[in-house]
Amino acid sequence: MAAPTRPTRDPTAREGLERVRGRRPFRRGAVSGVRRPRNVLVLVVSLVVLVLAVALNVGRGEFPIGIPDVLATLFGGGDPSQQFIILELRLPRSLTGLLVGGALAVSGAIMQSVARNPLASPDIIGITWGASAAAVTLIVLGGAGLVGTLAAVGLPLAALVGGLLAATVIYGLAWRKGIQGFRLVLVGIGINAMLVAVVNWLLIVAQVYEAARATVWINGSLNARGWEHVVPVGLALLILVPAALVLSFVMGALQYGDDTARGLGVRVDRARSLLLLVAVVLAGVATASAGPIAFVALVSPQIAQRLVGSSRPPIGASLVIGAALTVTADLIARTAFGGVELPVGVVTAVLGAPYLLYLLVRQGREARA
Amino acid sequence: MTPNAETALAEDTQAPVGPDGSRVRLRAEGVRLGYGERVVVDDLDLDVLQGTVTAVIGPNGCGKSTLLRALGRLLKPSRGHVLLDGRKIDEMPTKQVATVLGLLPQAPTAPEGLTVGDLVARGRHPHQAWYRQWSGDDEEAVAEALAWTGISDLAERPVDELSGGQRQRAWISMALAQGTDLLLLDEPTTFLDLAHQVEVLELVERLHEERGRTVVMVLHDLNLAARYADRLVAMKAGRIVAQGPPVEVITEPLLREVFGLEARVVPDPVAGTPLVVPVGTR
Repeated sequence: MAAPTRPTRDPTAREGLERVRGRRPFRRGAVSGVRRPRNVLVLVVSLVVLVLAVALNVGRGEFPIGIPDVLATLFGGGDPSQQFIILELRLPRSLTGLLVGGALAVSGAIMQSVARNPLASPDIIGITWGASAAAVTLIVLGGAGLVGTLAAVGLPLAALVGGLLAATVIYGLAWRKGIQGFRLVLVGIGINAMLVAVVNWLLIVAQVYEAARATVWINGSLNARGWEHVVPVGLALLILVPAALVLSFVMGALQYGDDTARGLGVRVDRARSLLLLVAVVLAGVATASAGPIAFVALVSPQIAQRLVGSSRPPIGASLVIGAALTVTADLIARTAFGGVELPVGVVTAVLGAPYLLYLLVRQGREARA
Repeated sequence: MTPNAETALAEDTQAPVGPDGSRVRLRAEGVRLGYGERVVVDDLDLDVLQGTVTAVIGPNGCGKSTLLRALGRLLKPSRGHVLLDGRKIDEMPTKQVATVLGLLPQAPTAPEGLTVGDLVARGRHPHQAWYRQWSGDDEEAVAEALAWTGISDLAERPVDELSGGQRQRAWISMALAQGTDLLLLDEPTTFLDLAHQVEVLELVERLHEERGRTVVMVLHDLNLAARYADRLVAMKAGRIVAQGPPVEVITEPLLREVFGLEARVVPDPVAGTPLVVPVGTR
């Protein structure tokens, strides 16, 4: 419907004045939205934290480099030896962590919004473990033959297919004339447990070498990540994050429940399927690159939501916070335990598990109330 | 939105004409409605005329909410059709329907922590796109809807902190901001005390009188329905038993037939509409 032009009856209807409290507009041509200064602040601060975490992570190691030198090299300066160490050896690892963390967090933000339940994260309801089960199957069955291009293409592909398959099964089992968040979570936790069992079984029947390789992988590791790990996640984010930002408009309406959303003209099932597809592909690609790093997808959107003070997890802030969280966890995993380098997933699990407990206890209370 | 814009919107359609010459906005044609195998409503016809407030009444489980869901294209009939301004509602783009027909589900839920301003602004969804989420038109419609329902001062308050009456006003405000001249309300007074029930229904009455809205609502309270609706549709077991002005529908034999209720019907001392005074169930 073309909005009819009508005389402005209110003299305060000038640009910049808020006529609805808390909804100050910004308008440039056809583009318009609400000014949310707190979102911008959270985004800027978490970006600074992210850059610092990357610089620290890149600087630490057998050949320490100070933060100023790291930053200079990252932005084009530095001497050749520093350039080699930073850009070729260390940066891909941090960048993989950054991108994987961002992808997981956006995936979590979308799924938590769509299911209207913070527990409906890809790492809780079996999406990342679906990806893992498929990848581990490939590692174990592929044996020594799984090297080079086959590994580079096969593993991500298997993870992606595994994630999608798990998502389809969970969605199918949870669907009863629409999706209810709690049922999705319960079905997902069940599927997750089954997938973990499948992976454990595979590890037991596998040869020692493959079992070791798979074990490191399923703990979520950023060890020895090169540019070949950066590129696929980078590409996925480049396409899927803008898609998520566009779809977040519809996501806002889905939050009100199916009936209200339909009344507002949203094609609910289509919108939800699209959003879940984006979320599952993000989680699958991330898992393919670094294994199922635990809890980043669960925790980051929740932190972002609380910092921003919104009614659902914001995509942009979740992305940056997830990235910063993962890089920081990697920094801890690499350096906090002397000579022993832990997989990053062990650290995120230690940090994230208490939060999961808190959520479970709180939801249990609400369910009883 | 100005009353002019609303009538202009309604006039470019080929709506069928009812018996008394007024336009039929919504029409159910031989609809069969149900969930899965269970048929709740069968072979039902209903016309909703332009500029009326229609209340659907009937005992629990008679299919009144189901009928309203079908009128609002939330439920697709397994047989028959629902026509909006003469066109099959299922074949219209749902976003286009949302600019003409607004609906308020029974006990709607707002996301936790959402502010009243954001809730009411969500009513503008059908007029927006991902890059255009707060245009001048949006802002004016929302400011007006908030002012009209008397909750402008609450715009920054979280919806979950409001009282039941305030919350319902916020939802009606949202439906108003949507700018549709047809409104479907599913039990808008549930969970409210009597004073707030009256308050909400007075709001509906004003929507109709001042804003020219056509309203269809499901109501439980017969006396309030008789007071605030100008047409009643009485349903029993998925059929329409009687419809028309409240004085014609609310009669002692009908109450006996539809509700199994032995009652006297006297004129309401305030409004003159029929007032049901129960004697007892048979």
